[in-house]
Formats: sequence, structure tokens, C-alpha cells
Amino acid sequence: MSALFVLVFVSIGIAGLFLMAFIWNVKNNQYEDKKGAALRILHDNELLQESNINKS
Amino acid sequence: MFTTKDRNTYIFVQKVPETLCYHCGVACVTRNIAIDEKVFCCEGCKLVYEIVAENGLCDYYKLQSHPGLSRIKSIRKEKYAYLDNEEIARQLYKFTDGDRTIVTLYLPGVHCSSCMWLLEHLHKINPYITESRLNFTTKEITIHFTKSNVSLREIVELLATLGYEPYISLGDADMKAVKGFDKQKIYKLGIAGFCFGNIMMMSFPEYLSGDTGIGMKYEHLFRYLNLVLALPVFFYCGSEFFSAAWKGLKQKTLNIDAPIALAVIITFLRSVYEIASGAGSGYLDSMSGIIFFMLVGRVVQERTYKFISFNRDYKSYFPIAVNVVTSEGVENKMLSDLREKDVVRLHNDEIIPADAIVVEGNATIDYSFVTGESEPVRVLQGQQVYAGGRQTVGQLTIQIIKPVAGSYLTSLWNHYSFANNKAETNDRNSIVHLMSRYFTYVLLGLALVTAVYWGFNDPSKIMTSVTAMLIVACPCALLLSVTFTNGTLLRLLSINGLFLRDTTVLEQIGNINHIVFDKTGTITQGSESNVVCSGHQLTEEEKDILYAAILPSKHPYSKALVKWLGYRQPVKVAEWAEATGKGLECTAGALKVMVGSAAFTGVNNDIQADEKTSVFVRIGNQVTSFRFLPVFRPEIPEVITELSHNARLSLLSGDNDNQRPVLAGLFGSGSELRFGQKPIDKLAYIESLQKKGDKVMMIGDGLNDAGALQQSNVGITLADDINNFTPSCDAILDSSKLKSFPDLLRLAGSGCNIIAASFIISLVYNFIGLFFAMQGLLQPIYAAILMPCSTLSIVLVTSGMANISALRKGLTVVSDGE
Repeated sequence: MSALFVLVFVSIGIAGLFLMAFIWNVKNNQYEDKKGAALRILHDNELLQESNINKS
Repeated sequence: MFTTKDRNTYIFVQKVPETLCYHCGVACVTRNIAIDEKVFCCEGCKLVYEIVAENGLCDYYKLQSHPGLSRIKSIRKEKYAYLDNEEIARQLYKFTDGDRTIVTLYLPGVHCSSCMWLLEHLHKINPYITESRLNFTTKEITIHFTKSNVSLREIVELLATLGYEPYISLGDADMKAVKGFDKQKIYKLGIAGFCFGNIMMMSFPEYLSGDTGIGMKYEHLFRYLNLVLALPVFFYCGSEFFSAAWKGLKQKTLNIDAPIALAVIITFLRSVYEIASGAGSGYLDSMSGIIFFMLVGRVVQERTYKFISFNRDYKSYFPIAVNVVTSEGVENKMLSDLREKDVVRLHNDEIIPADAIVVEGNATIDYSFVTGESEPVRVLQGQQVYAGGRQTVGQLTIQIIKPVAGSYLTSLWNHYSFANNKAETNDRNSIVHLMSRYFTYVLLGLALVTAVYWGFNDPSKIMTSVTAMLIVACPCALLLSVTFTNGTLLRLLSINGLFLRDTTVLEQIGNINHIVFDKTGTITQGSESNVVCSGHQLTEEEKDILYAAILPSKHPYSKALVKWLGYRQPVKVAEWAEATGKGLECTAGALKVMVGSAAFTGVNNDIQADEKTSVFVRIGNQVTSFRFLPVFRPEIPEVITELSHNARLSLLSGDNDNQRPVLAGLFGSGSELRFGQKPIDKLAYIESLQKKGDKVMMIGDGLNDAGALQQSNVGITLADDINNFTPSCDAILDSSKLKSFPDLLRLAGSGCNIIAASFIISLVYNFIGLFFAMQGLLQPIYAAILMPCSTLSIVLVTSGMANISALRKGLTVVSDGE
């Protein structure tokens, strides 16, 4: 039964990690510009591709 | 989503989309402006293309066809010279260590993913820009650069050449502190959610173990762990409610937070007592659950529109610096350093920063910002010009006679109505607090009765039953129903184009019984006008002659006439001369052409029977008169008829009253129409209505309505572009959604009914709980079941009812991607 002791603390610890991740997200302004991130990802590689074409 | 409105309408009007500009997509008049087989509409667009191409950023055009902005204005060379003045530039820096510098600029022109891509590759164009990051939602770009290599002025000029001219205003210099939104609440929400979940989980074993129990060892473990987890909930997450309740008590009012704080404190103390004495597990799960849900409600309710500002005053409209002429030449001076007697040089399209006297130059001032009067005024040398006016033609030199803050326009902000915080007043008088006050009295009365009853029968049960009562009867259900209803309504309204500053406005909208409209820009559409022609009907040749005659004139009537005539082949005219304020004349071949007032053109008064005539045109001996009627927004008649069912209407206009008959017809006989109103008159009119007991809603659009918007119970700004500059107000209405405005008002007003309905539901739960609590039978498990049930049903009922009532009014309930 004493395994339960360990498990309870492990589960709280894991949940705590998620809480920290959440706080870190908010602190880092990751929710500030939701639209921008969605658009940015579309064009991430455009310049890279062009420079590859120029080389070949 | 990515096409701009202007562009479409332009193509629509042209009907033949010939060659489109490679940069901005506007139809090109000529094919001469071309490079690499790509045709451009103007030199500006070509220049942008050249810069983009030179730096290998041509993908800009691949990502989106015609991503650029049309009508790239060439900027005056010295326009941003003031940024070389380190003192001014420093006001805009977010950070600087002497060399490495970070600056944030607002770029109204940003509209698509290509913009974002180009702006985030600025370092390709200028290597001394180390990083540029665009916040698409707020249209703000943050640029990191090394000051020793590239100046702020160069960066701003680069942005302007690319077509993304930053908007720099006096407001930027002292607005920084206002921005940045409240993250505390989000942290609290996260922590409360975490603790609530875990406490709930660890309470289950005891609830579900039945008669045998789970054994001392685990019982203690779970109980004390719960207590530890409840500490941050009580002391950190719940602090909101304690401080709000305390604030209310200090002002000697019982707001809704008071009974909630009382219930939370009693729940916590009793739980601590039960756990410490080993008598039970307490109600920590219910307590943290309630705090979590109430925080969710608050966050939902207080969602802010980051891209809209509701608190702009004149500072956002004024430039940050002006050119001051001194004995040593022209220097840039911060607006805040501007003194009386300073001589200021203004250029085309610049705003007069303070009341002044014209020293030199052709002063044609557009006061539409200040008065709403759309026609520019000519001011002679030595006469006074007022702050907020915009110079429309060429250069102008003025001498300041009053400081910026003491000027005619800005003094409006010193009026006492601006000292009053509307959100706070609204909140204090809110019906929710009234309801909760009675609720609290009834509750305390019941608690007393229970205590007395048990005092006679079984004194040992006093503590348990009274505390249980206070716990159960916590009006959190009321708070939840209010916050969730308001939050849902706010969301629904914003989807449909009405953006409220905060939820206190909702309740105010429900009480409105008098609606006041501004004319220019609100019920008429900006500067457009309808031309009505009477008298001699012009032949095609005469139209060509008229076109040639008025083309050089900058008078708004001339411009409107040019628009009416459409594009024509100009004929040769000679002896062209303009008599300021009267008209213009010239000769075309043998014909003498005169355009202007009746007296100027020599029209006798018999013909001038029609008083509303604005311009007479005499070609040879034939006289034609033109009238300019404002173009009403097409939805206006319907909206006004519908609104008049529920409220009295008035109209305030800064213009003269030559459109009175049209407007009287529109508004009906019962409405008051006032013309020639100055900003302070508008404010005074609203105040006089309020003194009569009316609840007034003001609908305006410009800075000249700012006073009235502030004074009214609900001030709504009608904006063609919600990102644009709107004066301080309670709500912003997207003008394209004007048609559904009466429905939106009704939806906002329905909030009270929804709250009342959900309040009744919450009372039912409260009575069930009270029934057990008064008998001293409330087990933690009942509380743990009742609490989520009531919360869930309230959330479902409120958002469900709000959505249904929106749907029944034919409004959209699903946003098209935020």
C-alpha cells in the first residue's frame, strides 16, 4: 500500500510541471499574438529555399 | 480576408480590370512605369518593388499576389527629421544601452502574411537591424538595431518607403505604461485549476470508501495534502474577492464580493478546524472549485480587445514633435516643450498643435476633427487658427498663442465629465450589487433564525449549521451567472461588430431611452456627396470645359464636381484665376467660364430661388446650379426607424443647417435636430437631457464628439475601420455592421433577463443546500455534488440563452476564426 504514497506525490509533481509550463507560456507572451504565429509558420522556409535554388 | 476593401471597390468602379499593378493590385493608368516586365501604378510602388527585389526578398510577391498597399504617398524629405533629435527619439525607445536599441512602432498598413514576412526580414535590407518582430494582432513591430550604425529616422523612413508608414503620435510618448495586460489573473486561474483538480482527486477516496473508511494513514495524508494545496487557492487566487469586498466595505457598500468573501473565509476556517481536530475532511474541494469557476467567469468577462483602444484622447491625434522656427533656423521641438510665442512651420496635412495666429502662408484649415464641419476654412494672415485643425494646402507658418493643453480643443478634456471614471460609476450602480445586497441581508437573517432555533433545541449544532448555511448560500452562482452571461454577450456582440469596453456597458445599454446621433461621418458617409444638377443641362462639350476649369482648384466642391464629371479630356483654358472664397473664372475659346457663388457668377436672385444651391456655373450665358447632398449610409433610414420605436432620437451636427429638411424627414417630427454645434455644445446638450432623467446614448465618430461620448451614459463610436483612430468611448461599432445595430442593442439589453433566469436557477440550488444546512445535515459530499452541478447548469443556461436570443435575431454566433 505504501506505493500509493509515492504515486500520489509523483502525480502531483507531474501536474505541477504542467502548471509551471503554463505559467512559463503566459510569462513569455506566447498568447499575445495568436494570429501572427499562425501566419509566420507558413513562410518560415521561403528564404532558405531561394538560397538553395541560387546555389544549384 | 486578406483583400482590402478599397481595392475591390476600386476595381468594381472601373469595371475593366486592365493591367494591375504588380505591387498593390490597383489598375494601372499607364504601362510606362515598369521594370522587369512588371507594371506598376505609381512610382511609389515601383520603388518598393526595387527595394524588395534588390535585397532578394521577391518571395514577398509570391506569398500573396499584390500584397502591397495602394496609394503609396511619397513622404516629405524632412518629415521625420525630428527623430534625429535624440531627446524625442528616446521617448519612443523601449530599451537602449547607448548602442543596441529596441523600438516598437505601430504600423496601420499591415494587413496580410506577406506584410509580416517582409517586415520580419528587414535585416536583409539593412544589416544593422538585428531583429524585427511583428505582432500581427496589434500591428506593432518591434525592431532591434544598433544606434551607432542606423538611426531611428532611417528605420522609420525605410518603413515609410515600403508603404508601412508608422503612426507616431504624442500619445506614444506617454502611453507605454498603459499597455501590457493583466497576467496576474491568468496565473491565478492556472494555479486555482491545478489545486482544484488535485484536491478533488484526493477527496474522492474518502467520499467513495463507504462505511469502512480508507484507514487513518491515508485519511491523514489526503486531508493534509488538500490543506496544503488549498493554501495558495485561499491566499493567492482568492485575494481578488477579499480585496474587492474590502474596497466595498470601506465605501460602506455591500457589493457581491462581500458575501462571497465571507463564505470563502468561513469555508476555509471550518475546513482547517475539521482537519486539525480530525472531525472530517472539510469543504476544501468545494471552496477551490468555486474560486476556480469564479475566476474563469471573471477572465471570460474581462477579455479585452488588444487591437482596440478605448481610451484615446487628443494626444493620439497630435504629432509628437513640430518644426519650430527660431533665429538659428528650423529646429524640432517636442510638443510638450512648445511654449507660447513659438513660431511653428506646418506642412501639408499636418495638424495644428495649439491655438495660434497665422503668420504666413495660405491657410486652408480642415476642422473636421474638431467641429465635424467638412468644408475647409480659409484663414487670413493675423487671424486665429485652432488646435486640431489640419492644414490642407502647402506650407503654413503660425505663432502659438496658447499652450497645447490650454487650447480650444484640448480644453474639452479639462471638462469635469472627463474626471469621472465611467466604468467605476457604472459598476457601483449595477443591479448585480443591488441584488446581492438583499441576498446578503436575507441570508444573515436566516442564519440568525437558525442559530436561535438550535440555541433552544441543541446548542452543539449552532456552529455546524450556521457555518454550513453560510457556505452553501454563497452567491457564487449569482456571480457566475452574471460573469458568464456578460462574457457570452460580449463575445456575441464582438462577432457581430460591436465592441464594448467592458461589461458594465451592457447594463447601461439596457436602460437607454434617448439616442443622439452625430451627422457628419455617422449618418452620412465621410466626405462623399451626391451632386444634383439643375438649370441648364450641360452638353458634353461644356462638361469638358467645366472639367478643365475646375481641375486645378483644390476646393472640396471642385473636387466633388470633378468626381461627378468623371474622367474627361481637358480642353485648353486661359486666364484661369481663383478668387478665394468666391469662385474661379477662366476662358475656354470664346466662352467665359465662371464657377462660384451667386454673387460671383452674377446670377440674379430670381434664379437663386433654391437656397440649398451650393455652386453656380456660368458658361457663356448659360447658368447651371449644383447642389451637394450628403450621402447617407444606406442602412441609416431603416436603423433610425427601428430605433425610434424604443427611444427618442436627436441629431447634433457641427455643419450648417442647409440639410435640415432632409434630416427632419429622416428623423420624424418628434426628434430634435441641432446644427452648428461645437464640441462643448454637444456635451452640454447631452447633460441637459440627463438632467431631465433621460439615459442617453451618443453615437458619433470623431474627436469633435469626444465630449458628448464621454458625458453620455453610453458613447458609441462608429468606425469604418475598427483599428483606426477612434476617440475615447464605451463601445465601437464596425460601420459595415450598422444594419444589425438595433438587434445588437436588443441583444445587449436581453442580458438582464438572462441573468434573472439563471439567478432563479441558482436560488433553487441554494435552497436545496440550505434545506440540508439548516438541519445540520450538510455533508461535504453533498456540497461537492451541488457545486459543480449548479455551476455547470448556470454556464449552460446563460451561454445557451444568449446564443439562442442572438440566433433568433438573425445574428452570427460563430466567429470566423479569431
